[in-house]
Amino acid sequence: MDGRSAELAQVDLRIPAAPEDLEKLAPGNVVYLDGMVYTAREGVYRKVLEEGAPLPDGLAAASNANFHCSPAAAREPDGTFNVGGVTATASFRFSKWMPRWFEVSGAKVVIGKGGMSGPDYREHFVPAGAVYLTTVGYGTGALLGRGIRRVHDVHWLDELGIAQAMWVFEVERFGPFLVDSDLAGNSLFEEQGRLVNENLDRVYAGLRPPALRRYGETDDREEELI
Amino acid sequence: MIGNEIIEQAAYEVMCKAAIDIPDDYLGGIKGMVQREEGTLSCFVLRSMVENYEAASTDRRPMCADTGLPRYYVKVGNEARIGGGFVGVERALRSATARATHDVPLRPNRVHPLWRTDHDNNVGINAPEIEWSFEPDADWVEITTVHKGGLFGTDYRMLFPGDGIDGIKRFYLDTLVAFGKRGLACQPAIVGVGLGGSKDVSMVLGKQAACLRTVGDRHPDPRIAALELELKALGNDIGMGAMGFVGSSMVIDCHIEVGHTHTGGMPMSVHTFCLSSRRATARVGADGTIEPRTDPRWFTPYMRRETVEWTSEAQSARKSP
Ligand code: SF4
Repeated sequence: MDGRSAELAQVDLRIPAAPEDLEKLAPGNVVYLDGMVYTAREGVYRKVLEEGAPLPDGLAAASNANFHCSPAAAREPDGTFNVGGVTATASFRFSKWMPRWFEVSGAKVVIGKGGMSGPDYREHFVPAGAVYLTTVGYGTGALLGRGIRRVHDVHWLDELGIAQAMWVFEVERFGPFLVDSDLAGNSLFEEQGRLVNENLDRVYAGLRPPALRRYGETDDREEELI
Repeated sequence: MIGNEIIEQAAYEVMCKAAIDIPDDYLGGIKGMVQREEGTLSCFVLRSMVENYEAASTDRRPMCADTGLPRYYVKVGNEARIGGGFVGVERALRSATARATHDVPLRPNRVHPLWRTDHDNNVGINAPEIEWSFEPDADWVEITTVHKGGLFGTDYRMLFPGDGIDGIKRFYLDTLVAFGKRGLACQPAIVGVGLGGSKDVSMVLGKQAACLRTVGDRHPDPRIAALELELKALGNDIGMGAMGFVGSSMVIDCHIEVGHTHTGGMPMSVHTFCLSSRRATARVGADGTIEPRTDPRWFTPYMRRETVEWTSEAQSARKSP
């Protein structure tokens, strides 16, 4: 096969992640995780940050890695869970909860899909000493499913449902992930986006805009949807 | 007579297969892109995806944990006789969805739009969607399921005849660039373009073009086929690859479907069928046999008929070289 992607550096990261390990991460590093990872998205954020429910006992000590994801899981008659795969969900929607979540949970690693905006990193992640890892693809659900050793615990399942419950997974060589934002808030997506934008005028050259505009439409190709 | 149980069994089998096994045509397309991709990061993503498909098939687990919105396309031969009638088929498809959701397992993605209530089985009001089509001179029923992922990557626009091919290209680029950044569309994708029809039909055709035609398939109208290839090349020339990283892997293939439209307009839709392009088909014969395959063969000559009468599959095969 090709040799091009061999150029990316690979890092194994133990969770809970220590500050000195996080310091070594740079945008574009390939990361695999070992330890404990929990899922939390809007359901859990509302529950804890808006309704004031306390975090599950011992969570902060066991893990500081928050995965924006819902597993494909089913409850078996004997009460255990069959987790087939896990795939991240787009993180940008959770921006408004992140500053308080960092305070309350002590999270240092946020894993999700697509990253967050540059300002989010610099205003919320950098002060909290947190990095952002993005899943790859984003459809690598089967590979990630393989990395889950077992369901350690699940919280608020009946109340929030399978998709929104907080799942605590014991993981081993869980990945691959790519570092998007490092501790200084340098973002891989921002940098790659800039490079792609440089090419766009050439691609659009000569194509007239349609006769009927759309309300609020812009021709600024640097803009992003998130 | 085709009984309900056999319809349900076929539907259940394609549901399980679609979630786990990437169709060969799509896998072949991705492997070709791995060879051509020069962007280091984009290439890494593609290689990880190939590993992921292998892990899914080996472990029998869903390739992507966002198992999308499962839906069905049913083609009924005009001579087929169905024991439980059409209502029986719809019930069987709903039951197969609920069972497969638990057994695979699929993520119970379907919730009420306002109350967010979840039946945990991917069945609800108007869900799963079931689209019907018919085929002359056939006595079978074909059931295709698509597990369409992605909240991103689809857009609709009313263009006008004066906007011409330029307008089509521009809206196509707008959609790919907008949703391609950060890889929100989970590209490289099979891109489907719906042109013409009424607004809703333009959306339906574009989605079917993305989800129900295989990589490498060309439209029978040679001018449309040429436009498909031109749009494919244009998408891969944006300079963007997987996850929005620098690269050339954006469009695995582009399919266009057309419908006659209002003389003053040219509605257009663009749809992306993501890195988890999940589809599977089974033909249920009049004798109750189930034959699985990955090519839905949805757009038959009858589906694309232009006027009151049509040519049969056999006639059109004789005509084309
Ligand atoms: S768009 Fe496709 S590959 Fe991406 S997360 Fe959704 S189902 Fe998976």
